[in-house]
Amino acid sequence: MVTLSQDDERRLAGADGKPSQFAMEVMVRVAEASGASGFTDASMAHIGSCFYTGQVGVDFAEFLLAGGGHVAVPTMTNVSLIDALHPELRPERSDPEVVRGAMRLMEIYEALGCDVVWTCAPYQQNIRPGLGDQIVASESNAVAFYNSVCGARTNKYGDFVDICAAITGRVPTSGLHTDEGRRGRVLFRISNVSPDLMKEDVFHQVLGIVIGRGSGKCVPVIEGLPDVITEDQFKAIGSSAATAGSVALFHVVGHTPEAATLDEAFRGGSAETTVEVTPDVLFDACSLLNGTCTQRLGAVCLGTPHFSVAEFAQLVALIDGRRVHPDVNMFVSTSRHVASQVEREGWQSVLDESGVQIVLDTCTYYTPIVDGISGTVMTNSAKWAYYAPGMLGLDVAFASMRECVDSAVRGEVTRDPQLWSGDLWGANTR
Amino acid sequence: MRAQATVLNPGSVEAEAIVLDEELSFWGGFDPATGTILDISHPQRGASLSGKVVVMPASRGSAGTPGALGESLRIGTGPAGIVLLERDINIAVGAMVVASLYDSHCPVVVVNEGDYNTIDAGDQVIISADGVISTTS
Repeated sequence: MVTLSQDDERRLAGADGKPSQFAMEVMVRVAEASGASGFTDASMAHIGSCFYTGQVGVDFAEFLLAGGGHVAVPTMTNVSLIDALHPELRPERSDPEVVRGAMRLMEIYEALGCDVVWTCAPYQQNIRPGLGDQIVASESNAVAFYNSVCGARTNKYGDFVDICAAITGRVPTSGLHTDEGRRGRVLFRISNVSPDLMKEDVFHQVLGIVIGRGSGKCVPVIEGLPDVITEDQFKAIGSSAATAGSVALFHVVGHTPEAATLDEAFRGGSAETTVEVTPDVLFDACSLLNGTCTQRLGAVCLGTPHFSVAEFAQLVALIDGRRVHPDVNMFVSTSRHVASQVEREGWQSVLDESGVQIVLDTCTYYTPIVDGISGTVMTNSAKWAYYAPGMLGLDVAFASMRECVDSAVRGEVTRDPQLWSGDLWGANTR
Repeated sequence: MRAQATVLNPGSVEAEAIVLDEELSFWGGFDPATGTILDISHPQRGASLSGKVVVMPASRGSAGTPGALGESLRIGTGPAGIVLLERDINIAVGAMVVASLYDSHCPVVVVNEGDYNTIDAGDQVIISADGVISTTS
């Protein structure tokens, strides 16, 4: 039995209009299905229903708009299917119904009161939730980052549900909104991994894959990471864990806000299972991220999830005035907000001169720009490397950002032998 | 079999059952345009769900499931009804939105494991708006 507040009852009775009534009906169904006893107020939202997957999404958004629907809490938008600032990447003539539908969705979600940031990395924007804040999120890496790194509380809300939660401003008291749901259950112990490897960005990407595959539906706890973990490294762990599995929250002992100690991460309980993360386990996971990897390079895709300012700083330093080879397309996906900071730093002209194409509002794996590319696509994102072969039918090489840049400049897949050596990994790298 | 199911989205239907051996993500694992299973790792890859009562444990938890299921129900390639083992909110909401927008009602119900296991592929399944489900083989 779900307990409703007076406001909830009012919404259900239709006093706030049809969109609010329908949204509350959906949230009651969500609460019942998840075993919640009631609701609590959300303080913000990040929603994915603004991504075009078919006419039903547009029709639903039109229904909300026509009935005077409006979000009740500050609500940011996930990516769109299209880059509204670079329409040439997906011209309307390529698929008129889809492009028009996607553009209409972008208009409607703005009219519903959303802060239209069009990013899968909303935690790089100015507004960020704090420890214990009850929020709404949908995109899997955003859910993982908000829960794990910010210590905010959200379940993963799917299409339609996320906007219903934002319109009502209510979330059910179940799952990751509760103390019990956030208790660590599986321990991943980093074992005999060299400190030098743990400084490399590829390590965090691959670690996330191992965590995702080994967690099932349980909250993982990671023990044994070094003292310094950057925000982009947290982003990498979360996005790849949510890609290879269904991780929505991870604790890192000594780092994340609910895991000062091992005991705190397990909330007084103990691990149901312990997984030793050895060099061999990590290196084996890399094989999931590499295709046949021909020498021939078709494109380089960075920025999944969206590139941060810190990553742009690294990129500009790595390019070091060189130019991308004329046979290669190099794309970096990011948000308008981060792009404006890139402009302010004076990096935009550097990137333009080097031939790097910035993609805004969307992700390269949704954009036909990489369709029909022959040759291998290189990426520093385990998420991109995991999804692209199935979604786009492409051959992928997972690599460090340095390898991506060097390859783009040389026009062929270029590996750093030191990075993939047995010495660094402490494993048989064959 | 005749049982009272838990109703996640009301509707009445009589159609043939297809029983999925594993969970299915309607986003990525299913083609709304044709109503068939795409997921290469799914045991029933290539099977059509159009017009069938789909008997499945749950979806795979993808946030895109409501939209993809909803799109198939909108264009008429989707299931006629869905019988679940778990209270899967993404499936329920896909059907709820379609009912509200298009007055098209795909019943979504949850049954207990004992009743679930009695349903075989090819059975005729009748679901009533109040959630009474019965099958004949």
